[in-house]
Amino acid sequence: MTDLPVLSILILLPAVGAVLTPFLRKDPIVRWFSLLVLFADFLLALWVLLNFDPNTAAMQFGEHRVWVPNLGISYRLGIDGISVWFVVLTSLLGWICVLASWWSISIRVKEFMTCLLAMQSLMIGVFCALDMILFYILWEAMLVPMYLIIGIWGGANRVYAAFKFFLYTLAGSLLFLIGILLLYFGGGQTFDVLALMEVQYPFPLQIWVFLAFLVAFAVKIPMVPVHTWLPDAHVQAPTAGSIILAGVLLKMGAYGFLRFSLPMLPDASQYFAPMMIALSAVAIVYGGFLALAQSDIKKLIAYSSVSHMGFITLGLFTFDAKGMSGAVIQMFNHGITTGALFLFVGIIYERTHSRDIAAYGGLIKVVPLFGILFAAFLLSSMALPGLNGFIGELLVLAAAFGVSGWAGAAGALGALVGAAYLLGVYRQMLLGEVKTPGDVFVWDLGRRELACAAPLLLFVVWFGLYPKPFLTILQPSLDHLMTQLNPTAVTP
Amino acid sequence: MIQADLNVILPELILAVYAMIALLLAVYSTKDKMGPLLVWSTAGLMALLALWIAGSGSGNNVAFGGMFVDDGFSRFAKVTILLSAAAVLVMGQDYMARRGMLQFEYPLLVSLSVVGMMMMVSAGDLMSLYMGLELQSLALYVVASMRRDSVKSTEAGLKYFVLGALSSGLLLYGASLVYGFAGTTKFEGIIQVAQHGEVSVGLLFGIVFLISGMAFKVSAVPFHMWTPDVYEGAPTPVTAFFATAPKMAAMGLFARVMHDAFGNAVSDWSQIIALLSVASMFLGAVAAIGQTNIKRLMAYSSIAHMGFALMGLAAGTVFGVQAMLIYMAIYVTMNVGTFAFILMMEKDGKPVTDIASLNLYSRREPGKALAMLVLLFSLSGVPPMLGFFGKFYVLRAAYDAGLAWLAIAGVVASVIGAFYYLRIVYYMYFGEEGDELDRNSSPVLWGFLMASAAVMVLGIINMFGVEGAAAAAAATLVN
Repeated sequence: MTDLPVLSILILLPAVGAVLTPFLRKDPIVRWFSLLVLFADFLLALWVLLNFDPNTAAMQFGEHRVWVPNLGISYRLGIDGISVWFVVLTSLLGWICVLASWWSISIRVKEFMTCLLAMQSLMIGVFCALDMILFYILWEAMLVPMYLIIGIWGGANRVYAAFKFFLYTLAGSLLFLIGILLLYFGGGQTFDVLALMEVQYPFPLQIWVFLAFLVAFAVKIPMVPVHTWLPDAHVQAPTAGSIILAGVLLKMGAYGFLRFSLPMLPDASQYFAPMMIALSAVAIVYGGFLALAQSDIKKLIAYSSVSHMGFITLGLFTFDAKGMSGAVIQMFNHGITTGALFLFVGIIYERTHSRDIAAYGGLIKVVPLFGILFAAFLLSSMALPGLNGFIGELLVLAAAFGVSGWAGAAGALGALVGAAYLLGVYRQMLLGEVKTPGDVFVWDLGRRELACAAPLLLFVVWFGLYPKPFLTILQPSLDHLMTQLNPTAVTP
Repeated sequence: MIQADLNVILPELILAVYAMIALLLAVYSTKDKMGPLLVWSTAGLMALLALWIAGSGSGNNVAFGGMFVDDGFSRFAKVTILLSAAAVLVMGQDYMARRGMLQFEYPLLVSLSVVGMMMMVSAGDLMSLYMGLELQSLALYVVASMRRDSVKSTEAGLKYFVLGALSSGLLLYGASLVYGFAGTTKFEGIIQVAQHGEVSVGLLFGIVFLISGMAFKVSAVPFHMWTPDVYEGAPTPVTAFFATAPKMAAMGLFARVMHDAFGNAVSDWSQIIALLSVASMFLGAVAAIGQTNIKRLMAYSSIAHMGFALMGLAAGTVFGVQAMLIYMAIYVTMNVGTFAFILMMEKDGKPVTDIASLNLYSRREPGKALAMLVLLFSLSGVPPMLGFFGKFYVLRAAYDAGLAWLAIAGVVASVIGAFYYLRIVYYMYFGEEGDELDRNSSPVLWGFLMASAAVMVLGIINMFGVEGAAAAAAATLVN
C-alpha cells in the first residue's frame, strides 16, 4: 500500500482530460488524447488490481477528507473485492468506447470526448465512493453527460430517448436522496457508508428506506416494470453510449443493492426478498420473450439485458453464498459481453446503417473475423460452458432452485429463451445466404476494431476457463457481506 | 445617543444621501448623459458598501430604540442585496443605453429601492418594516415601467403597482391587528406576547395577513399572479433586478418577522409557510413547462425557487434559516448569470426572448452554451452543481424539523421542474437549424455569465465560505 491517493488519481485523471479536451485544436488530436488518457487510466486500474490484497474484506486504498462539515459530507473513497472489479471493468470499457467512436462520431468530436471522459471519471467515482452523498452526487451527475451523449449524437429519435432517460433516472435518484436522509436521521447521523452498515435500524424505517432505494436502483438496473427507458435509450444512443449504458450504468443499480440495501437494511431485504425474486423472475422471462420478438438488433440486445439483469437481482436476493457470487460474476461478465455485443452491432451499423436483423445473412462468409468474434460473444451471452457467462448463470440458477422451484424454473426458462433469440440472431445474421441491407459492401474488422475486441475476448475466455483469480479477490468481501446479512434486529 | 444611532445606519444613510445628491446633480446638469456615469458610480458605491459591511460589521447593534437592528443576519442579506444589485446594474447598462432607456433616474431609483431593502432586512419594528417595504416597492413600480413607450412595460408597472398596493393593504391590516392584540409594534415586544399556545385568534389573524403581504413580495403561490407579467413586460435588465435583490430582501424580511416577532410560536406559522412552499414549488414547476418566453419561464422558475427557500423557513430552526440564506445566495448568483445570458440574446440588435431562437446555439457559441448548460443544471438542482447543495440544505432542514412530507414534495417538484430547464438545453444542443442569434459578445455580460457558471462548478469545493457566514447569520436571528 502506498501513500499516493491512487483512487483520486484514477478518478481525476479523466476529469482533467475532460477539462483539457476543449482546448485542443484538431479532431485527430482530440481522439488520440482521449484514448491516451483513458488507456493510462486503465493501466492505473490494473495496477490497483495487482496491488489489491485479496485476503481481507476491508476497504483498501482508502482516502478521507472533510468536505462540507456543516452537512456532514466528506470525501471518502475506498474499494473492496467487489468494487475493484467494477473499477477495472469501467476503465477497460472507457478506452474501448473511444476506439469504438473513432470514426463514427464525426461531428463535435471535442464535446463528445469531453462527455466520455467526464462519464469515466464519474463512473469510477461511483464505485469508489464510501460517503452516501458523494456517491449520490457522482451517481446523479452522470445523467448530464449521458443525456448529452444520447441527445446530440444519438439516432433519429434521440431527443425523446434522452428526455425519457433523464427524467426516469432523475425521479428514481431523488427518492434515493430521501432514503439517504432517512438513514442519516434514523440513527446514523453520518453519511459514512461503513459506519451506516454498523447501525441497526428499526424495521419500519428499513422498509421505507428499502422502498426508496428500490425505486432508484430498479430504474437503473432496470427491473420490470420500470425498464421502458432502456430500449429507447439503447437504440438511440451512439455505440459508445450503448456500451457505457449496458456495460457500466446498468451495473450500478445492482451495485447499489450490494453496497447499500443488503448490508444496511438486512431485515427489509429479507422481507422484500420474495417480491424481488418474483420481479426478477418476471424480468427474466418477460425480457427474454420481448427480445425474442425484436427485429431490431439493438433492441434485442437491450431486452436481453433486461433479462440478464434479472438473473443478477435474482441471485442477490436468494441470500445464498452461491447465488450472491453468481450475481456478482454475472454483473461483471454481462458488462463485458453486452459491451462487446453493442460494439459489434456498432461495427456492422457503421458499414450498413441498418439494424434490421432480417436484412443480414451469411456474414461469416463475407467477413469471417467479424463473424467468428460476434458469434463468440453471442455464445458467451448465451452462457455457453467454457465462456464467461456460464459460471455466473449456473450459480444463480442453483441458488434460485434452492429458494423456490418457481424462481428456478423461471430462470431456466429465461436461459432457454435466451438461447433461442441469440441463436436466432446467429443463424440469421451469420449463416445462410449472403445478404446485406441494400447490398452494400461490408469489409472485415480493421486493426482498430480488433484492438477493441481483443481484450474483451480475452476476458470472455479467461473467465470462462479459469475464474479463480476473480473469485479469490471477490470472496472475502462476499463473505463479509453474508455476515452482514444475518438479521439481528427484531423482525415482527 | 443620536450619534450612535446614525453610526448603525451609516451604510443606508450613505446610499440614501448619495442618491439624493446625484439626483440633484443630474437634474441640474446634462441629464441623460449622466446615465452611464451614474450606473457605474452607483454600482461601485454598492460594491464598496457591501465590502465595508462584510468586513467591518460585528455584533448586534440596535438603533432608534429597536426600530433598526444591525446583526449578522441583516449583514448577510445586505451584502447579497448590494452585490447582486451592483452586478445587475452593470450588466444592464449597455442594454439600456442602446435602447435609449438609460435615463439618470434608473440607477437612482434602483439605489433608493436598495436602501428600502436594507431597511427591510434590518427592521425591528412593524413601522420600519413598512417604511422599508414601501420605499423598495415604490421605486420598483417605477422601474418596471421604465420603458415608457411600450404598452407591455407600462402594463407591467401598473399591474405591479395595483397588486402591490393590495398586498401592502393586507400587510398593513395584519400589522394593525398584531398591534391591537400585542399592544406594541416592536418585535421584541410582540415576541413576548406571542408565546406558543397563547396566541390569541386576533394575533393569529394578524400573522396570516402579514404572511400574505410578504408572500406577495417573494411571489409565493397563491400571491404570485403578478410575477410572470411583470417579468415579461419589464425591460430585461429590470427583470434581472427583480429576480435577484428584491427576492433576497423579501426573504430576509420574511425570516426576520417570523423569527424576531413570532419566534416563540413557530408551530403556529410553520404549517402556513409549508403550504405556501409546496404550492409555489409545484405551480412554478408545472406552469413553466408550457412557456416559450424565457423571461416568463424564469418568472415561474423563480416562483419554484422561492418555494424551496420557504421550505427552509418553514422548518423554523436555526438550521432552516441557514439553509434559506445559503439557498438564496446560490439562487441570486445563478440568476445573475442566467440573466446575463438572456441579455445577450439578440437578433439584429433587437432583444429576443423566444426559447426556440436558441436552436443549436451550442454550435455557434460553445463557450456560452456550456456556461448556460451549467447554470440550467444548477437551477434544476442536479449535482454536482452548487444548486444541488442549496436544495440539499433546505431538504435537510425540512426533514430535520419533522416536515418529511415537505421534503418529499420538494423532491417530486424538482423532478418536474427539471423538465423545462432541460428543454432549454434541448434547444441549445439538439435543436434544429434555425435563424441565428447575433454573435454579440459584450465582455461585461460574458464575464458575468462565465463567473456565475464557474461559481456553480468550483463552489462545490467549499462554497467560498458562505456556509459559515450563513450559519453565523442564522444564529443571530434565531434564539
